[in-house]
Amino acid sequence: MASFKSTKIPIYPKLGEKVTPDTLYWKNYKAPVQIKEFGAVTSIDFSSLAPHNYAVTASTRIHIYGPFSTEPVKTFTRFKDTAYSGKFRSDGQLLVAGCEDSVVRLFDVSGKVALRVFKGHTKGVHVTDFTSDCYHILTGSDDYTCRLWDIPNSTELTSYKEHTDYIRCGTTSKLNRDIFITGSYDHTLRVFDARVEKSVMTMDHSQPVESVLLYPSEGLLVSAGGRYVKVWDLLKGGQPLVSLKNHHKTVTCLSLSSNGQRLLSASLDRHVKIYNTTNYKVVHNFDYAASILSLALAPDDESIVVGMTNGVLSIKHRKSPEEKREMVGKQRMQPVYRIFVKGRNYVPKKDDFLVSKPVKSHLAKYDKQLKKFNISKALDTALESWRRNRKPEITVAVMKELDRRGTLKNALAGRDEQNLSQLLNFLIGNVVDPRFTPVLVTATEMILDIYQAVVGQSSVVDRQLVRLQELVEREVDYQQDLLEVLGMLDTLFATSLPRKEVPCPGSSR
Amino acid sequence: MVVHAEIRMVHRGGSKINFREPVITHDSRFLLCAAGESVNVYSTSTEEYVHDLQGHTDLVTGVVLNPSNHLQVYSCSADGTVRLWDFTDAILIKTFIIGYPIYSIYVSEKHGGVVFLVVPMANYKSSELFQLVAVHLPHSGDQEVEARELSAVLCDVSHHPGAASFGREGEYIAAVKGLQLEVFFFKKQKSYRFSLKSGMKKGAKNAFTCVSCHPKEDCIATGHEDGKIRMWRNFNQKKEYTYSTLHWHHGAVNTLCFTPEGTNLLSGGIESVLVHWHYTQENQKDFLPRLGAAITHIAVSPDGSLFCTSHSDNKITIIQSCVKVSAVIQGLVKGDGVWTNLIIDPRSKALVLNGKPGHLQFYSLHHDKQLYNLDIVQQEYIHEEGLDQFEVVKAAFDARGDWLATVEERRKKGAELEINLKLWAYDELTQSFVLNTTVTAPHEDRITAMFFSPSPETTMLVTTSLDGHFKAWLLADHSDANEGFWACDFVGGYHLLKPGCCSFSADGSLLSVGFQEVVTVWSPASWELLTTLSQPPGAIRDLCFGRLSCSKYLLGASTKNQLCCWNLLTCSLEWSTPMDVSLLQTDPLSENIAAFCSQSGSSDLFVFKPSEPRPLYSQKALCTGKVQHAVFAPRDQMLESCEERTQWLNRSQLYFLTQHMDLLTFSTKTEEDRLLASSKQLMVDDSVAVTPFYLLLGKHRGQQLEKQEALTNPMAERTQLPQGSIAIKELLHTPAHVLPSASFLCAMFVRSLLISSSSARFKSGLWLYHSRTLRLVSDMYCQLRDQIISN
Repeated sequence: MASFKSTKIPIYPKLGEKVTPDTLYWKNYKAPVQIKEFGAVTSIDFSSLAPHNYAVTASTRIHIYGPFSTEPVKTFTRFKDTAYSGKFRSDGQLLVAGCEDSVVRLFDVSGKVALRVFKGHTKGVHVTDFTSDCYHILTGSDDYTCRLWDIPNSTELTSYKEHTDYIRCGTTSKLNRDIFITGSYDHTLRVFDARVEKSVMTMDHSQPVESVLLYPSEGLLVSAGGRYVKVWDLLKGGQPLVSLKNHHKTVTCLSLSSNGQRLLSASLDRHVKIYNTTNYKVVHNFDYAASILSLALAPDDESIVVGMTNGVLSIKHRKSPEEKREMVGKQRMQPVYRIFVKGRNYVPKKDDFLVSKPVKSHLAKYDKQLKKFNISKALDTALESWRRNRKPEITVAVMKELDRRGTLKNALAGRDEQNLSQLLNFLIGNVVDPRFTPVLVTATEMILDIYQAVVGQSSVVDRQLVRLQELVEREVDYQQDLLEVLGMLDTLFATSLPRKEVPCPGSSR
Repeated sequence: MVVHAEIRMVHRGGSKINFREPVITHDSRFLLCAAGESVNVYSTSTEEYVHDLQGHTDLVTGVVLNPSNHLQVYSCSADGTVRLWDFTDAILIKTFIIGYPIYSIYVSEKHGGVVFLVVPMANYKSSELFQLVAVHLPHSGDQEVEARELSAVLCDVSHHPGAASFGREGEYIAAVKGLQLEVFFFKKQKSYRFSLKSGMKKGAKNAFTCVSCHPKEDCIATGHEDGKIRMWRNFNQKKEYTYSTLHWHHGAVNTLCFTPEGTNLLSGGIESVLVHWHYTQENQKDFLPRLGAAITHIAVSPDGSLFCTSHSDNKITIIQSCVKVSAVIQGLVKGDGVWTNLIIDPRSKALVLNGKPGHLQFYSLHHDKQLYNLDIVQQEYIHEEGLDQFEVVKAAFDARGDWLATVEERRKKGAELEINLKLWAYDELTQSFVLNTTVTAPHEDRITAMFFSPSPETTMLVTTSLDGHFKAWLLADHSDANEGFWACDFVGGYHLLKPGCCSFSADGSLLSVGFQEVVTVWSPASWELLTTLSQPPGAIRDLCFGRLSCSKYLLGASTKNQLCCWNLLTCSLEWSTPMDVSLLQTDPLSENIAAFCSQSGSSDLFVFKPSEPRPLYSQKALCTGKVQHAVFAPRDQMLESCEERTQWLNRSQLYFLTQHMDLLTFSTKTEEDRLLASSKQLMVDDSVAVTPFYLLLGKHRGQQLEKQEALTNPMAERTQLPQGSIAIKELLHTPAHVLPSASFLCAMFVRSLLISSSSARFKSGLWLYHSRTLRLVSDMYCQLRDQIISN
């Protein structure tokens, strides 16, 4: 005597992205804090000093925020025009910023007035940075020049005029005080050594360069411009290593995650993409509300700060482990392990008499009803709202089982308005799902057959029927389009494939 | 017609054991049932086959216990005889020759020495009219007695054995046919007829299907087509009879049976639920559901403790105390059809074919016993007529038996086809197949052929379908999951033609697919189309590659009566012959190929090698109808026949299935002799039921016996030796105290046993013999020493 075989619920492969360690890591951030700035946020820089404040350059101001503050802890407003590129020195004491009025200003972080003012550029300065020995400042300007300045006596040391377009990005080496790299709208990246007169290396990005980034080891250089992110090997004389094209608008900003294993790129297409730096595959993706101009990560990836064209600054903080534990603790209301296994791990002794208890197989409610041939009740159970909404495959599997038994029509018949509208709602939601279509189309036909006599008696049902009709018509059109596309592709493939002759016994001999 | 005396066809694989109602003996130890031309005796407690009663020359149509001697049983057969047996010792006591084919037999305690038989009406021997006759069995000392004194009791009865039943103490007999119930009273010699209306209104079908009489009261229960049971009372007159109706079954009531005390009525039908109706409280009923298949007969043991039900899937279930299934006797399931071919499981060497609906059965050919059923569909089977159920239509094993692929399909009327391809992995731990991958809708249309690649490196499956494609499936190894799953690797087609068959070469390096008239040859390694062969007219029906020395040949059978053989080295036709081949089957262990041809309504068999023009063996008019399924089953032991005609049976045995679902095979004389000898050896003490305790004890006893034999055997062997016997006799019979020292005796003793090497008799087994002798010597020496020590 066999036991009842329960209804088979097919397991469908989960669609969408796979859960990887990367997704878990990058999803482990809280909801973003949003701060409205006065204009587009062009630059964000984290201080390397302990509380890790960060400078946000937007419009004519530079705000300095504490790690968890939503109000600026400090503001620099002494700019005559739009400020650019507010940067901390590596000791966190000084801050340098360029300005549209061609003047470069150096501030003490605790003061208000500029300590030094560097004048010499003829157009707006978009790039400023400290050299690694902390005594010089690198600037790059729209007058096609990049210059080095001495901080103590605020004089210009050298000037290079090799670029033929605006210089919009640049970075200094953290290992060598004399080396710095600039990127320009003339599509080139140039590596300069302050000890020589001319650039020592030139790389062609073939797009206006928006951002450059040096790896901590300084063997690799990353540049962003146009839709491309390119990686260059400096030790091999600037040989291109990879070219990534994962954005569909200009990439504006680059950043490395704290351990140097992941590269982040932000773009005007409102996405931040995270790459694995070993194989340069995209491992994660953030979406933002507006085009992104600037991006920075706090040390240890504690927070991700993103500045956008609409002047919104978005800060995401990493979830702390305590909060996580708290969440888990709330969910857990089940009996503890000790009670759960009570008596189950008992090892029978030698003289114990073993009474075997038949294992009772648990049947789902709809299976119990199917076992008793209560078909309408089984369908009702399968159509319960939580099951219908969250596990439609169960509802469909029960319908399929009823169809196999030849009793689906009986189960669908004799329903009142509320029941019928529930059923129609389910059909509208799932009939075009390719996993369920074969079964649900049969059910739909049966419902139409059964209830065609009462059409027009209930406005709710009528409205749903009209919706269903529209849905089906739309789906038919869609399938038609798909078939057309398929036909086109087939012709394309057929013409591109080389014709191969198969040896035939009759033809050759 | 060529007749080969040395090769003959034999039936294999269990006859129908559900053909007639089984009988449980008085002591409830044995179960007797008609099985083909013999009566099988099974043990009710262990479900073991004990022995059979052989003697009838045609189908056995009924078995009943002799009411006057409960150790004897009557059996009747279509060969026109009634035989009386002693079933415990399988001895035929008497044969009564009736002279008409008998369809069923009834006996009653009251009518001693009389059996009631259903035979065709004397005048219309060929027609479908039957009569119930009473036959007085003459008392005579002879083995064979003619009993031709028939006295008709009832005319125009149904030949169905459940359609008549003896009433209380044999006073009357009730028979049903069509819409009529007829009761014949023996005392009054008068019969009453009760008719029902045809009752076609409201869909009711009133026709009677079966009848059973209450053993203690005047009550007759009848079953009907529409699932109703009617209880007739007060029927000893024409007018004031009454009946009450019980209704639970939704299909026809197949069988009815009262328990011996009359307290319960049992009924069964297609629902495969055994229903107990409590007599006089009919609204109370108990159920025993899910017995597996439609119930065809119910029998109750004379003491009422055991029930047994026969099922349509060739199964007998024994039920203990109304609730518990205690034993299942399962024969080879012969369903509505075999859609999967006959397949041999490479691991268990069992024959695999469709079993119960949605199952594959593994049937041991060697033991003629079903090993197990594998549930392929894994759905609750609804026992209802007119439902489209999933059926297993294709199955295939890979070369090592690690993988099993099955295809199940369900065709709804006017709706699209549902097909599932399932792949099962063999699990060493449970010794069974475990579902690995399910592919829903692997093809858009029916799958016509499915084969695994025989190459040992890759496990590849190829399916061909009527949707114009063939697909190759590969086991995709997934690193993070511990078990791989199957995925489609290649989809091929040829000019949108429909592929009908495919075949792998023996080493798996070539795949040939028959696309209607064109045979394409592909390389599975690169999926390149290597060549196409075509020999119109006629679509290719079957393809197979030659094996071993003939592996360069590809054979194809076309629908237009053509058997072609291509040479793959030259890509040209080697030979072709006009033959209407319905099936080609290659022997995996030799070059032989068997071709079944259908000619004028019967099938012929040719066994040949592709390289030789002359067939090795041919047999005309094998059986009526087309042979659709056949398989070569490898033998456990190779036969050593040197004769040319029987040589092809040396390595494997050819089994085939006829249109009437009979499993037949070929057997040689030497093989039969050997089988007979082995069966005699295996004869056990049948009077004891084969219980676990018996087995344990029997084993022990057997060991003891063996020991005794081991002790007596050396003596026997020794007596064969002329000199040895004297020496040892002397040695053993001399009193111990006069014997010389054992070391001295030993040398003498060994010398006495030595045989001169010139003796031609022991040329072959000399070394074996010597070793045996030495062991013997050491045994003797030990005995001797013991004797001396004890003295």
